[in-house]
Order: sequence, then C-alpha cells, then structure tokens
Amino acid sequence: MPLKEVVERCQALFEDLHFNAVRDWKAAQPGRKAIGFMPIYVPREIIHAAGMLPVGIFGGGDQIEVIQGDAYYQSYICRIPRSTIELGVTGRLDSLDGMLFPSICDVIRNLSGMWQIMFKDKYVRYFDVPQNFKDAIGGEYYVHEMEILRDDLAKLAGREVTDDDLRNSIKVYNENRRAVRDLYRYRSQKPWQAPTSEVYLVMRAGMVLPPEEHTRLVREYIAAAEAESRPKRDNARVVLTGSFCEQPPLGLIKSIEMAGCYIVDDDFHLVTRWHLDDVEVDGNPLWNLSKGFLHRSADTPSKYTERREDKGKFVVDSVRKSGAEGVVFAAASFCDPALLERPMLLEILDKHGIPYTAFKFAENTGQMAPIREQAGTFADSIKLWSAA
Amino acid sequence: MTTPHNPPTPRPVAQPAAAKPKKEVLKEDSMWLQKEMINGNYHDLAIAHDVGRKVSATFVPGNLNELLMCFDFARSLPETNALQNGMRKKSGKMIMDAEREGHSEDVCTYVKADLGMMQAGQIGPTGEKLPVPDVLVLSYTGCFTFMKWFELIRQKYDCETTMLHVPYQGDGKISDNMVQYVVKQLKEEMIPTLERVSGVKFDIDRLREYMKESVKAEEDLVAVLQSAKNRPSPIDGYFGGVYYIGPMFTAFRGTREATKFYSVLRGEIEERVRLKKGPITPEGEMGEEKYRLVTEGPPNWTSFRDFWKMFYDDGAVVVASTYSKVGGVYDFGFRHDADHPLESLARYCLGCYTNLNFPQRIDMICKYIDEYQADGLLINSIKSCNSFSAGQLLMLREVEKRTGKPAAFVESDLVDPRYFSGANIKNRLESYFQMINQKRRAGSAEPAAAH
Ligand code: SF4
Ligand code: SF4
Repeated sequence: MPLKEVVERCQALFEDLHFNAVRDWKAAQPGRKAIGFMPIYVPREIIHAAGMLPVGIFGGGDQIEVIQGDAYYQSYICRIPRSTIELGVTGRLDSLDGMLFPSICDVIRNLSGMWQIMFKDKYVRYFDVPQNFKDAIGGEYYVHEMEILRDDLAKLAGREVTDDDLRNSIKVYNENRRAVRDLYRYRSQKPWQAPTSEVYLVMRAGMVLPPEEHTRLVREYIAAAEAESRPKRDNARVVLTGSFCEQPPLGLIKSIEMAGCYIVDDDFHLVTRWHLDDVEVDGNPLWNLSKGFLHRSADTPSKYTERREDKGKFVVDSVRKSGAEGVVFAAASFCDPALLERPMLLEILDKHGIPYTAFKFAENTGQMAPIREQAGTFADSIKLWSAA
Repeated sequence: MTTPHNPPTPRPVAQPAAAKPKKEVLKEDSMWLQKEMINGNYHDLAIAHDVGRKVSATFVPGNLNELLMCFDFARSLPETNALQNGMRKKSGKMIMDAEREGHSEDVCTYVKADLGMMQAGQIGPTGEKLPVPDVLVLSYTGCFTFMKWFELIRQKYDCETTMLHVPYQGDGKISDNMVQYVVKQLKEEMIPTLERVSGVKFDIDRLREYMKESVKAEEDLVAVLQSAKNRPSPIDGYFGGVYYIGPMFTAFRGTREATKFYSVLRGEIEERVRLKKGPITPEGEMGEEKYRLVTEGPPNWTSFRDFWKMFYDDGAVVVASTYSKVGGVYDFGFRHDADHPLESLARYCLGCYTNLNFPQRIDMICKYIDEYQADGLLINSIKSCNSFSAGQLLMLREVEKRTGKPAAFVESDLVDPRYFSGANIKNRLESYFQMINQKRRAGSAEPAAAH
C-alpha cells in the first residue's frame, strides 16, 4: 500500500470518535465483544485471549466539543476524563462492552467509580497493578488480579479463557511489539522518512485495530515510508516525554516538528511498548506477564521508582539509545503524575548535561504559536550548542 | 493528604507502659491536653537527633503509628506540618518558594508547603527546627500524590524510603488478596527496613499492646463523632471534628496520652449532650442550631476560622464529615485488632476514606444524611486534591437524587491562601441556606396541600 493510503487510513481511524472500526469488527461476527481501557497499561493479552477486542480510549482530543463532560469536573482537573465522559454520555462508546481503568492516577481511579454509576449495564473494573516489584509479593498479588480479570472476561465471553488462549495471545502481542520496536527504531534512524505526526497515527491505529491487523499495518508503513524519498533536514533530535495519558493534539506534534525538532522517542501509547522485550510464551502465562511487568517494563511517573539512583534513568537511557540531543517535557495541564515528576526528571537531565524544554498543553489546545516558538528556540539552541 | 490538626508524639523511646502525660491536665480541658501533645511532639522531633532518636515521616491515611512506635521513632507527619503552617499563615510563602524552584502551580499544595519548608531550613510550625527524616514511610494509601511527594523528598535529601502499596478498593471490597499483599509487604519489606534504620528489633507483642490502647481511643472517638446524632448536636463534626481526629490520625494513636485524651473528650461531650448544649466555637457557645449539614472534602486551613464562622454565624452545624474519616473509618465498626496485628494494619489502610471507591463514598454520605438527620450535603472541593475532588460533581448529583436533600458546592484550597475567596464562599453558603429553607417550606406545605 502506498504511504499516503496507509497514513490516510490511520488518520481516518484517529478521527472517528464513533469508533466505527470497533463496531465493524463486532458486526463481522455475532457475539463479539470489545473492552475499552485507558492509559497507561493493561494486559491486553487477557482481553484478546477471551476473543475480545481491546480498545484504547485516549479522550476526545481536539475533535469534540465537550458539553456535558464539563459538568462533571472542576476547572482544575485535566481534560481527558471530561472528554471521555463526553464520549460515553453521547453514545460514542456504546460499542464497548466494558471499560478498564488502570491505576495511573487518582483522576482515572475515581473515574472508574463514576463509570460504575453512570454505565451500570457495562463491565467496569479498576485495574490495579503492583508497586512492589518482587515476584513473591507484587507478583503474587498481580497474578491474582489478572486471574480476576480473566474470570470476569470468561464470564462475559461465555467461555473459558485457557492457558493456551493466553499463550497464543502473548505470541500475537510479541509480534506486535516487535513490529512497534522496529518502527521506533526506524524512526529514530530516519526521522525524516517517518515523521512523528505519521508514526503517532500508525500507533494510535493500534488502539482500535486487532493486534494482528495492526502488526501488518506497522510493517506496511515502515516499508512504504522507506520507499519514499523525503528530504533530510538539519533538525534537532529530541525525546518527547510526559504525554503518557492525555494526548497533545496532533497539530501540536506537527508544530514541534515544523519548529525544527525530530522526535526520535516518545511516551505516547505506552501500552504498546510497556514490555521492553518479548514476554515468555512457555510456562504459566499469567506469571510470564507478571514477570515482564515487574522486571522488564517501561518506566513512567505512575510507577514507583524503588531506588533513588534509578529515577529518570529510563528517559536518560532513551536519550542515549536514540541519539537524541535534548528532551521536550510536554505534560497535560493539571496532570499530577507528570507534573510531580517534572522537577525530579529535569534535575537529572541537568546532571547529565542533557538540554530540555518543558511546557504544558491540553488535548484541545488550539494556540500552537507559543509552543512552536518555544520548540523552535529549543531546536536552535541545541544546534548552537552542538556547533560550539 | 489532608489531615487533622496535629502532629506527633511520644517521649523518647516509648515503651508500651511508659508514656505518661507530662502534667496532670484538668479533666474538662481536652483542648489544652491536645495542644500540649502537639507541642510536645514537635519538641520531641526537634531534639530527636540530639538524643539519638531516629525520625520517621509518614502520611495520615494509612498511618502505621503503632508499628512505628515499635521502633521508637520520633514521628513526623508532613501533611500535618503543612496544615499547621497553613493555620499559622506561613504556608503561602513556602508554596511560592517551591514554585520558584520549579514545582508546578497545578499540583498539591501540601507537597509544596512541605518542600518549601524544608528549603527554608525546616523550621516547623512551632518555630523549632525539624530534623530531616531518617526514613520515609511511604504508606501509599488513597492518594497518588503521596508516592511522588516522598520520591521528591528522597531525591533531595537522600532519605531511606520504604514503600507500602495499599491497593484501592476499586470494586468496593477488601479481598484476601489485597490483605495478603499488604501483610507480605509489611513483613518482608517494611518491618526489616524499619529494624535496620532504627536498630530496634521488631516485637510483635509490643505492637499488640499499642493496638489494645488504640482500640480504647477508637471507641471513644466514635462515641464523640456519633454524638452529633443528637439534637442539638454537641459537636461540629467538621471544623470541631479536625480537633477530635487530631491525635488519632497522627502520632498518638496507640499511646496512653491518646487514650486519656479521648476519654476526657468523650466525658466532656457526653456532658454537653446531657445539658443539651450545642458545639463550642472559637467564639464560644454556638447559638441556635438551624441547619444540620454533612460535608465532603477537607477544610481550608489558611482561613479556617473565617470559614467556620460562616457556618456558626448562620446556625449551621456539620453533623458528619467524610474528612474526619481520612485517617481511618471507625464508625462502621473497624477497630485495630491485637489478635491479628498485621492483618489489622492492612485492613486499616485499605479502609481509609480516600481508598474507598466512588459508590462507597456516596453510600457513606447518604447514610450520614439519613442517620444524622441532616438537611443536605456541602462539598468543599479542594483544588489541590484529585483524590478527593475528581468526580465530586457527580457525587453531588447522586446524593441529591438519592436523598432528595439539597447539596451545594464551594471551592477552596488547603494551604494556598491564593485560592480562598471568602466572599464567594459566603454568598454560596447563604444561598444554600435559603435553599434549605425553601425545601423545608415546600416539604411542610406538601402534606397540607394534600388535605
Ligand atoms: S492526564 Fe494525568 S492527571 Fe489526567 S487522568 Fe491522565 S494521568 Fe491522570
Ligand atoms: S492530593 Fe489530596 S490526599 Fe493527596 S496529599 Fe494532597 S491533599 Fe492529601
């Protein structure tokens, strides 16, 4: 498929806030069910193993007018819960048979209870993950939590979710993770060929497509991007971090790129890259998912950093690995996890001599000029430093 | 978090039987007794390192005071330090100092007040210099911010930190898996760390003794809080409530001082019930009780008295508050259990108010409105606190729907004076009281119209 078509398809999926892709998938076979989840991470393998479609819900972005959602939240709370409620109360999420709310912050935590009250006919679960990373402690707890999810979904599906189902789903997601890692590697090598405004859309498509289909799409995109000939610019290479939950509008990502930055790593859709490598297939599947979570998973502000010396390491390593020259810390306004992390992270970047710039956004930010200017100044200063 | 009005604790190396109040206080004077306890604890903290005592810091929800006492720690509660500084009008500068250092204007002001205080040399609310804690006891209970707060302090001061992850009651119950998870962390992570930092070996019988002491105080506290079912209510369960929960939620639960305090307090309150007296306010006895309210959310500390005055001037008394349950929900039966000490610490943490899910919180409020015969619900929504505040507008509508009683919403902050607008709040309250009156008139008109 030519690049233009791949990107257009992803763009259409991104813009469709009625989630027709999910409706179509369900309609293709009677009895199919879909389960929504919010950032940052849920073990999608379990949903998939139950024969259901995991659907990532990232709010309404800048494409819907939030009318009713605002009546649920004070002005000092971030945007994503209100636009998610807007999606819910306007029937846009009707194709979902359930919703999972992971333990990312108190806003999403409380939203789980609100959802229980507002959407009584749906399956709703707050999905806790361990903050203790020992197998015998956090692992035991987590496996048990996953068993509950597995049993709940089995009930909903009207069939058992066997260990073999789970192993198969782990394989499917390992494939997907490999494709995604390849895509990230490719972008970091040739960001002019695979700009983030496109990569973002390709990744976001993975929030509504079945994983098998998304894996193909990622591979098609890489091949199509490689086949293009695009001009290479003298841009600054940056890692973008802080946008793991509420998403910046696509226009903001484009603005950062237009201002002279190549985004070579990011923390969007972290669920797709949560496991840093393949999850073990043989053996007890839930324990394998647990081990992957506890010992080989991404870092993010919602996760406790056990040792002081490890704070910020994930971002510093990402800078090193991707050959970035600086960090753009872009956090949603009123985002506790990101904004409480910010001073720690920036101090560590300072210590490592890594330049950074930080700003806040909202998913419906309309004014791009100030951000473009800030990103432009940042890119220029990086270029000046590296020239010096 | 949000907490009550005070702080920490004991005499050096409190053995179960050791701690005695420094001086015999007048029976009638629980306030005086509490003040002495608070100041005594700040002094204990100030001299801790000089007398070779280690210092712990922890949070009010999920405060493992009995456990910490087993290791002879001097006990600091940063939330309480922040609110004490707020009440003394010192927090505004601390917050701005922290913001100048790069802390976002969007995040919890308790954290910034604490960091600002540390930055400025750790001068505590009573003017004595507080020590940098030797161990941060990160009881991660009911609030996401706690985790970042102690990560921030650890980053700056390199304090030893021990994490206790307390799972949230997402589906409204405490499962065995949750209890076992917390107990295991206590046994295998927290207790060994506390032993190492303190140099004191853990003695489970000592823990049991403290817990027995806790239960006595818990019984009395519940009796005090439930006294508000009387008409008139002898207490204010929110503004007065923060004094009543003070020792229990901070460094005193499990001490004999606390037991004594609560028994004195209970005696005083029972006497007020007998005399059919209303609450005492900062300006003396409250006048006629006109409105009985339930409140949700913490109070504002920087204008605490002005805020309270808006209530008692109009004859409004808070008969029950959710805030007085942040450091433990005792009025539905939970007690520390010396026969199952670690399980009971786990259940205590798991059951704190902000660890309850939304339907549970709403149920609790509806129950209060019913059992305390309240006229309605007032939500004080705190800008700082997503744990409390996110979703409160739905709570308001649900409670109105279920109880048929009017609810009102005001906004302020804990310790950031920039977010307290007295005039707005007063207007809002006055129209709320009018609304209650109208409802009452309509209510009494209905049966008449039927005839
Ligand atoms: S944007 Fe931040 S504060 Fe808001 S829901 Fe997401 S993680 Fe929580
Ligand atoms: S966010 Fe709320 S509960 Fe947490 S520390 Fe701040 S005031 Fe307390």
